[in-house]
Amino acid sequence: MKRIPPAVTQAIAVTCLWAFTLVTLAILLFIIVYILIQGLPGISWEFLTQAPESMGRRGGIFPMIVGTFMVAGLAVLIAAPIGIATAIYLTEYTREGKFTFIVRFGADCLAGIPSIIYGLFGFVFFAIALGMGLSVVSGALTLALMILPTIVRTAEEAIRAVPAAYREASYGLGSTRWQMVTRVVLPLALPGICTGVVLSLGRSISETAAVMLTAGSALRMPHSLSDSTRTLALHFYILSREGLSMDKAYATASVLILLILALNLFAYWLMRQVTRRMG
Amino acid sequence: MNPKIETKKLNLFYGNFHSLMDISISIPAQSITAIIGPSGCGKSTLLRCFNRMNELIPEVKIEGQILLDGEDIHKPGTNLIRLRRRVGMVFQRPNPFPLSIAENITYGLRVHGTPEGQKPADIVEKSLRGTLLWDEVKDNLNGPALALSAEQQQRLCISRVLAIEPEILLMDEPCSALDPIATDHIEDLMRDLAQKYTIIIVTHNMQQASRVSSYSAFMLMGELIEFGRTSRIFKNPGDTRTESYISGRYG
Repeated sequence: MKRIPPAVTQAIAVTCLWAFTLVTLAILLFIIVYILIQGLPGISWEFLTQAPESMGRRGGIFPMIVGTFMVAGLAVLIAAPIGIATAIYLTEYTREGKFTFIVRFGADCLAGIPSIIYGLFGFVFFAIALGMGLSVVSGALTLALMILPTIVRTAEEAIRAVPAAYREASYGLGSTRWQMVTRVVLPLALPGICTGVVLSLGRSISETAAVMLTAGSALRMPHSLSDSTRTLALHFYILSREGLSMDKAYATASVLILLILALNLFAYWLMRQVTRRMG
Repeated sequence: MNPKIETKKLNLFYGNFHSLMDISISIPAQSITAIIGPSGCGKSTLLRCFNRMNELIPEVKIEGQILLDGEDIHKPGTNLIRLRRRVGMVFQRPNPFPLSIAENITYGLRVHGTPEGQKPADIVEKSLRGTLLWDEVKDNLNGPALALSAEQQQRLCISRVLAIEPEILLMDEPCSALDPIATDHIEDLMRDLAQKYTIIIVTHNMQQASRVSSYSAFMLMGELIEFGRTSRIFKNPGDTRTESYISGRYG
């Protein structure tokens, strides 16, 4: 059999890889551009700052923006300290063994559970059993559970990436473990930890199923943590699903997409800070 | 001869691996002692016993005694933080923190507290002068430490240890990441520091050992083969294994 010249296989490989990469990019661009074309004309200052009228057929999405940030922000405020503390414990304060394996395996399993299951759990546990009802706080606690594994794992990676030489230097100078963690490891790992937190915030903002069952779908402005609220993603779902207004649905989706895009860009920028400082 | 630090029948195990075997050595004060031997002979492990750095590694077991000024450093109730303050360490690769030059020096002060009646700025200057780095960096104290050359970084690491006023300086192949000229500078610095500090250096480089040290310890496969004045060890080794190592027959 005649051998295909390596230069030809190389050319074929490059073409294929290039083509598939292009497909990925095209799909992404198609979705984003399509939604933005449909939705951007509907975005105006009034749309962003006014309350919806007639179930969302007219008016704006201001209460949903506020509700989204309340639920997602509170979720991150709850999950980040717990997650970061867990990551510090796992990386600096305990040796690899059965316990760390169980915690890590558990976190990975939790990360893979569909969000609707979290929603169901949050509904049964926070809303009903603990009597919190459909509210910002039920939604935030549910989302906090959902993003906790991601925060633990990304914080762990960031902490592990801090070179051992810095730890030795700190110990060599007589620091305690806590001084080493707070003065050397955490400052260096902070951008990486923040990246994980920002990505989790993005995930909380775009989550639909879990908040539908726990934060509810009230259209009015949430005034306290025990009020029910409707997040942007859920608003989009209801607008389109119930055929209220596709224009408003696309406009809402565009706001959501721009928000997530901005958050991801911010996360990338943070990540660059890490590589620059450690490189 | 008054030993600054000595070990008595020191044994160390990594799990089942017997890494140091019955090491008994008395290291004299205010001098440079070189620990030489081929890779894996346990010389770095021995060095790391003196400030109890081996305890960071899981499954390390230590038997025997290490006496610092006659006091057992493994005695229950020993203040590990104070021990590491008295016994400072300089590592193989320069490892300044990714902070400013001044912050690297004051790190130890933030850990231990600034001594009564002294100003951090004065300690920064004094420590940097101690390694002859002051004139090179005095206008750039808030600049990043990682922007310095490898040799300057290593001198900064030595300054950082000097700032906490140790009694002993442990140096684990401090020149292995440096070029010959930088090595020469660090060696000059070591001779200078030996007026005040007890220096123990681990080195691969036998020329370096013969150039800087007053005493040498030769180790092989976890055992201390020979210890004595460097001039005597290099001219007239008492053990055939020392002789063959020094003459470059292995290692």
